[in-house]
Amino acid sequence: MMKEKKKHTWRHKDLLGIENLSEEDLVLILDQATGFKEVLARPIPKVPTLRGKTIVTLFCEPSTRTRASFDLAAKRLSADTLNIAASSSSFLKGESLKDTARNLEAMKIDMIIMRHECAGAPHFLAGEVNAAVINAGDGFHEHPTQALLDIYTIREKLGKFKGVKVSIIGDIAHSRVARSNILALSKLGAEVTVCGPKTLIPAEMEKMGVRVVYGLKDALEGADVINVLRIQLERQKKALFPSTREYINLFGITKEKLDRHAKEDVVIMHPGPVNRGVEITQEVADSRYSVILDQVTNGVAVRMAVLFLMGHNKNLEQKEVPTKLHN
Amino acid sequence: MSIIIRNGRLVDPKNGVDEKIDIFIDKGKVQKTGKNLKDKAGTEIDAEGKIVAPGLVDMHTHLREPGREDKETIETGARAAIAGGFTTVCAMPNTEPPCDTRALAEYIIEKAERTKLATVLPIGAITKGRKSEQLTEMAELREAGCAAFSDDGDSVKSAALMRRALEYASMLGALVISHCEDRDLAGDGVMNEGYWSTLLGMKPIPREAESLIVERDVCLAERADARLHIAHISTAESVEIVRRAKKQGLKISAEVTPHHFSLTDAELKSYDTAFKVNPPLRTEKDILALKKGLKDGTIDVIATDHAPHLENEKEMEFDHAPFGMTALETALSLSVENLLTEGLLDWPGLIRLLSVNPCRLLGYGRGSLEEGAVADVVVIDPSAKWVYEKEKVFSKATNSPFLGKKMTARVTDVIVSGRETLRNGQMKY
Repeated sequence: MMKEKKKHTWRHKDLLGIENLSEEDLVLILDQATGFKEVLARPIPKVPTLRGKTIVTLFCEPSTRTRASFDLAAKRLSADTLNIAASSSSFLKGESLKDTARNLEAMKIDMIIMRHECAGAPHFLAGEVNAAVINAGDGFHEHPTQALLDIYTIREKLGKFKGVKVSIIGDIAHSRVARSNILALSKLGAEVTVCGPKTLIPAEMEKMGVRVVYGLKDALEGADVINVLRIQLERQKKALFPSTREYINLFGITKEKLDRHAKEDVVIMHPGPVNRGVEITQEVADSRYSVILDQVTNGVAVRMAVLFLMGHNKNLEQKEVPTKLHN
Repeated sequence: MSIIIRNGRLVDPKNGVDEKIDIFIDKGKVQKTGKNLKDKAGTEIDAEGKIVAPGLVDMHTHLREPGREDKETIETGARAAIAGGFTTVCAMPNTEPPCDTRALAEYIIEKAERTKLATVLPIGAITKGRKSEQLTEMAELREAGCAAFSDDGDSVKSAALMRRALEYASMLGALVISHCEDRDLAGDGVMNEGYWSTLLGMKPIPREAESLIVERDVCLAERADARLHIAHISTAESVEIVRRAKKQGLKISAEVTPHHFSLTDAELKSYDTAFKVNPPLRTEKDILALKKGLKDGTIDVIATDHAPHLENEKEMEFDHAPFGMTALETALSLSVENLLTEGLLDWPGLIRLLSVNPCRLLGYGRGSLEEGAVADVVVIDPSAKWVYEKEKVFSKATNSPFLGKKMTARVTDVIVSGRETLRNGQMKY
């Protein structure tokens, strides 16, 4: 007789990246998010789950979408939120990240959602505070909740991960979205291809378990999902590609290219904000292929799931419990 | 004050000595060595089971004085040196102001003499203010006591100026030490470019940022017939360039730091800024090449690149923390653990790299225990186990990734010019 599978429980104090999560952790978050997506469809889309908890969003880099999404997710869970932006924080007055962290901690907060321009800054913060730290994007390193909402959307559209072919197009080198997506998709059994100008593909990329191609045709053919990254126009100033025009010619996603090379039911994703007419045309961004707005909706549900799991973690203030004890 | 060290294994590779004999020191000099010396001395040291060797000489130390006495002073640095077995250290000139005049060189030497600890030899800047614009007055700096010339921290930016520097220094017979880094290529990178920088999303420093300048400076040194020393060599490609240059008969030498042959860039996965150094930690492949270079003589010297920083400077986002780690107190142990224990080198080989060769390159008459030599001596317990504890650090700074780690081999006694500075692990001054 088959023994019923034991329910997987969440045991992480912080969410610093996809790298430290198991496949079971990822599925747990997605399943939890499904429940919250249902909550969001109710006439009163709010639950009292995190009442009394205080959540700080500490954004040391500009962001509209991610910060708003986290803020909304926290409010839907009845948590109190406090938003700190770099421009209004003491960073400009020369206070170190360590002191900022200690001061926040002294105010007895429960969670810090952090965005920072430096890779590893949330890891540093997590080492300094007892509060749970959620990485909302650190430099070019990771953006775990973006990857979670991306895989949630993929599961919603395709119903599976095993063997699903995902192509990520654009500036891979400077993309935390790409890194987190690659890690999440690989753990779930999807096949990832990355494509972009060679100058924007980081060293030894293949060792992350992805296929690297430089021709857009190769990335489009056979792909179930195409995740188009925002191209940051300031990279051109550093001579990482010759011109926006040439970028559009080689890597821009247009209806013609999709019609010629992609599957008919291909799913088009974009983490936003979109440079219409650059990495993707208006026609494609607003087409039936596009799930860009679903991603945004799902983002709130996924972030609610993350906040819920971390807010209800009995081991929140403890180190990771060795798995042995739970066998 | 006379000292006799009995029953130790005297390792004096310059004179081909490696045997269990006693050494008698008086009037600042080695008076005699031999079996069962009958002489009586003020201090008797029993070195049974220990190594007795010429004092270690570090070609690459940052003492921070003048300018950043909050990080390290000549005194605290000299103390750390003694604790690590170094009787002489060369102070790199990237201080504030940089050591580019006679007055500054003399200040450093006199300040060090007053500590009665390790001898400090200043390295003079190659260019005034280390600005890569004008040569320093090298002849006068040499007369003032500068052991070599370097703009360490930066390469001399213009190849034309570097050529002139090498020509001018060669006229004086002086050694030029080159920090090889192409700043354009290195950009705002913080770690070695490769799998780990890709995974961690950190700004990469390509290996070519080093090897391109090694190649450039070797070419220029050939043309100038100059003596060029490559500082903190870290990549397999750089080692190969030096090997080739030596085969050609060029006057090229190189040094490696203990951290570059003991740690890889995989350490950075913790984002611990203690591992942030320049040149950055490389890969297994590079470590193998560095070890091969040490074994076959391509690399002449182990130098520390001791780089003290404040705790609060290192408790930062990785991108914002300064480069460098302290190293004087761990260099010997790391060398023993990574080179000796693996059978790559023996004790005479290690003492060559840490004492004999630096002296040869600097034209510095130490690194020898022959009769009449200045008595700079280190006594090492080769199998002692100890923990590098923060509370017991002699340097003013504690930015080392080895804090709290168990180490092998410990310096027990250090004699500088016939004067005891460390006795049974206790500092005398």
